Amino acid sequence: MSKSKGNSKEGYLEISRKSNIIFNIILTILAIMCIYPLILVFMVSITDEKMISLYGYKLIPKKFSLYAYEYIIKDIGVVLRAYGTTALVTLVGSLISIVIITMYAYPLSRKSFKYRNTFSFIVYFTMLFNGGLVPWYMVYARFLHLKNSYWALIIPALLSPMYVLIMRTFFSTSIPDSLIEAAKIDGAGEFYTFCRIVIPLAKPAIATISLFNILSYWNDWYLPLLFITDEKKYTLQYLLYRVEKSIQYLSTSSQSAGNVSGALANIPSQSSRMAMAIIAIGPIIFAYPFFQKYFVQGLTIGAVKG
Amino acid sequence: MAKSFNKSLANEQQIKKQSSIKNFCIEFKKNKVLFFMLIPGLIVLLINNYLPMPGVLLAFKDYNYKDGFFKSAWCGFENFKYLFMSGKAWTITRNTIMYNVIFIIISITIPVALAIILNELRNRKLAKFYQSVFFLPYFLSWVVVSYLVFALLSSDMGVVNAALSKLGLKTHNWYAEPKYWYFIIPFVNTWKWTGYDIVVYLASICGFDKSYYEAAAVDGATKFQQITKITIPLLKPIIIILTLLKVGKIFYSDFGLFYIVPKNSGAINSATDVIDTYVYRGLRESADVGMSAAAGFYQAIVGFIVVCTANYITKKIDKENALF
Repeated sequence: MSKSKGNSKEGYLEISRKSNIIFNIILTILAIMCIYPLILVFMVSITDEKMISLYGYKLIPKKFSLYAYEYIIKDIGVVLRAYGTTALVTLVGSLISIVIITMYAYPLSRKSFKYRNTFSFIVYFTMLFNGGLVPWYMVYARFLHLKNSYWALIIPALLSPMYVLIMRTFFSTSIPDSLIEAAKIDGAGEFYTFCRIVIPLAKPAIATISLFNILSYWNDWYLPLLFITDEKKYTLQYLLYRVEKSIQYLSTSSQSAGNVSGALANIPSQSSRMAMAIIAIGPIIFAYPFFQKYFVQGLTIGAVKG
Repeated sequence: MAKSFNKSLANEQQIKKQSSIKNFCIEFKKNKVLFFMLIPGLIVLLINNYLPMPGVLLAFKDYNYKDGFFKSAWCGFENFKYLFMSGKAWTITRNTIMYNVIFIIISITIPVALAIILNELRNRKLAKFYQSVFFLPYFLSWVVVSYLVFALLSSDMGVVNAALSKLGLKTHNWYAEPKYWYFIIPFVNTWKWTGYDIVVYLASICGFDKSYYEAAAVDGATKFQQITKITIPLLKPIIIILTLLKVGKIFYSDFGLFYIVPKNSGAINSATDVIDTYVYRGLRESADVGMSAAAGFYQAIVGFIVVCTANYITKKIDKENALF
């Protein structure tokens, strides 16, 4: 992304100082718009519950309080289990996924493989036509009986056609045929060549696709929404969704009862819901600098195809 | 001479056809390992994509859970009749296409402009910093985004209403007034995706040949001319390809944006209901499987036509980037 100005200084004109300032102002405003909601949610999570109900959500807390976090920690088992489930699904899912994707993409990239177009088409076609949500749901829920199974959170995202295409393009453009031929002449078996020669060369593409996979497994709430009813198997994002649902439910039912009962008044629902959001965002923010770097590199590899 | 050649060619083709199974067996023996490598992927494709395909026939059945897929009675076009008569089909089609068109227009203007500006900034470190900040929303799930949006739009606690009342303006119950969601949805979508698009465009700008700019500078081109006459024309192919990819998916939408972010609020359904949310509700909330399958069938068929057309156009412009 960084472009060395030094090399091309003569040819590459710089923008005027005035427009540079104007652009910086615009970009600063946009950058604030991007992170303002995140900071707001964090600030609300460390605000005293009473202050929130008096003044609403405020960027600068009138009174600090960590009660929301204490309240969540009291019942930390639920959150930890959700973290565990998410971590397990992410780890297992993205590992299996990258193995399947590379193994499927490699034969498609081999020019000597006669049926590569047929098998490519089997992948392409899924991008053009699909049975839709209802039949797909029926296959998982009624045919394979995977409701409330971890596999229902893993299998659906294992093979994204786009990643197969990116991987195949990467293989065929950056791994010369002569290399594979040479290995063959040296007596290396097909699978040995794949594991020892092709995979190490494809590391950048593998890293990028794995990162995309990790992110999509980590952020998934859609599959639990469809398939998981057992509270013990909630993923982190889905737990966050359920928390919001139950707060909505509690507040509407308490309104209809006419008064807020004593027990309910003690639940720091405003600050703790935001604290939950922060807990769910946390790992992503910490991993972000690392992730961002590789994503940018990866998108540069995949350029258009990505 | 030519005739006999043609004849032998035809003959050869016939032999080829007859022995295609034999050919396959030979090829299989030769590349056994490659075939075995395909198997795990084929199994996943079978489960995720090919097994559900015949299920589109559900749209023509009066489905009930007790009888299941095979035993439920056929009902012809009843499901479709109901879907199109109720006017629901029109609302969800309009919303789906309208939002996608808005998203496409935004995605070929704002991120392109920002990528060019970021590329021109004098301070590279600052440019990198902006890019990182813009990219952050891409990493958040729609559930998290719905919390962020709620912090802004909550009717009694939200920041937006607080600001409005401070300015002496009328506050709104955002989650109950559909007309504002025509703006909120595109805004949230832009917020989430602009950073990603910027990275893609910036990656492409960085790959441009610097000598174009040098030559232009020698000829006395201004900075503005360099941008409009070099950068933008060079960006055109990638913009067109990305747009066509999006056009191909014009009948599909991001479920989270339309279901989670508006908190599944019934009052604003008219503005936030798209085909995907309608199908989901039919399946999971109202258990109207037949209708839901009919809407899904409609989406699959029209979507298929659209994506083939988009791909055809892509092929005309740039063979490299066509899907097939």
